Amino acid sequence: MANDKSSMQLIARGILSENPIFKLALSMCPAVGISTTVINGLMLGVAVLFVQVFSSVTISLFKNKIHPRIRIPTYTLTIATWVTVIDLALAAYLPDAYAKMGIFVKLIVAFAIITMRLEMFACKESPNDSFWDGLGMGLGFLVGMVVIGFVRELLGSGAVLGYDLLGFKPLLFFILPSAGFFVVGLMMAFFNWIELAYKRAKGKI
Amino acid sequence: MMTHRLFTYWTAVVLFILAPACLHAADFVSEQRFGADNEIILTYPAAVDKTIAQKPARYTVFEETDPDIRLEIQKITVADDGRKVSLIFSESLNTAKTHVVSVRGDDGREIESIQVKKSYLGYLLSVLISALLVNNFVFTKYLGLCVFFGTSKRKTTAKGMGVVFTIVMVISALMSWFFYQFILIPYNLNFLQIVVFIGLVSLTVQAVDTILRKVNPILFNSFGVYLVLVIANCVIIAVPLIMASNNYSFIETFMLALGAGGGFLLALYLMSSVRERLDLANIPPTFKGLPIAFIVAGQFAMAFLGFSGLQLF
Repeated sequence: MANDKSSMQLIARGILSENPIFKLALSMCPAVGISTTVINGLMLGVAVLFVQVFSSVTISLFKNKIHPRIRIPTYTLTIATWVTVIDLALAAYLPDAYAKMGIFVKLIVAFAIITMRLEMFACKESPNDSFWDGLGMGLGFLVGMVVIGFVRELLGSGAVLGYDLLGFKPLLFFILPSAGFFVVGLMMAFFNWIELAYKRAKGKI
Repeated sequence: MMTHRLFTYWTAVVLFILAPACLHAADFVSEQRFGADNEIILTYPAAVDKTIAQKPARYTVFEETDPDIRLEIQKITVADDGRKVSLIFSESLNTAKTHVVSVRGDDGREIESIQVKKSYLGYLLSVLISALLVNNFVFTKYLGLCVFFGTSKRKTTAKGMGVVFTIVMVISALMSWFFYQFILIPYNLNFLQIVVFIGLVSLTVQAVDTILRKVNPILFNSFGVYLVLVIANCVIIAVPLIMASNNYSFIETFMLALGAGGGFLLALYLMSSVRERLDLANIPPTFKGLPIAFIVAGQFAMAFLGFSGLQLF
């Protein structure tokens, strides 16, 4: 099973067919909480990508030494270690961005998506495949965060990454924190609509 | 050594005798309290001269912890009877902190300095109310959403989940407080926060699981399923992290954990009530399931915005 999957397929799976935010509906808290701008989403996405890749590889390297009964605590502690690393690194090198993300960097430790990937993939496969799988899942999360951030920033302030694209502010409401729920809900509905339309066009329904 | 001790003893005695005299001087202002968001109200025992009492230069106000940062007084109003003087500031005050108001005479000498603070019980209640409503963990802090959307389909499940969460949250927060205050701080191990807290949370969940299984199997059958979900949830780990960053005391931590758990229970119950009705409603197929749940949660979040700025005490 491990060999018939190329690295590209693993990455594509994380971004498209098993996207953590839109398809699996896991790790929703940051998607709603701090996706107000593209840059915030990008920063947290990078942090999650780092933690996901490194914990996947770590668990995969030590998979034969971990007793099955204590595997969940082991995963948790591994993730906690890598989260501590990225938390301290961000606090030291990017203090401004770190202050904006607040408690969410530390909370990466409780993200269901990372534990799930360790349990379902990294503890069975080789370190090499685990690396690509972790990269795919992390990128999927990053893409999801950036897309939500893009929509909110564009509709909320009419500008993306400081560049004024629209020239006016369509709906200030979208930049408010509580709009995160609406944006995620509407985007999920939008993807469902595409899927339904696709199925109808193929005559499956 | 002996003389030193005697000296301390006598100083204490002298201070004890002199203390009432010092307290007497404080009677210059008979009552002090916080008024509106940006207001401190001083009450004098007798009427004061309006022109003298209204000079902003006569008052210096600062938070007890930062004496260097003087708070800017915008205007001073004196009530008609001349006894109530309210200092109005240009920015709203952080009423959780003790403020010091020092009153000066005409010659610039300090007549008196007064401490304005909330009662401790009121402060504790405000920590509780804040975690419960104003900073509700689900609707204004956006934490624990996976479990929130996963288990808010039925009212009974929602109630069970909320109760289990509250119990685990209180126990793990108090344990984390002990570890933080007595191990992490004294040995300068603050960087291990995340590892220690997540370990304690998993430990608590495992302990509650084992104890519940033996002591009350019926309850375990209805609640046990959710216990596994509790570990992978950010609400639970957020409480110790907030405790550590605000350096809360034991009772404050208890109140925070109780408020956070109660707030989660409230959010789950409200959401499950709506979702039970949504099952009967005619929803477009693209919105069925999670999308409509997110939009309902967004409306709840907007409603909870109304609690911001709520101050009962």
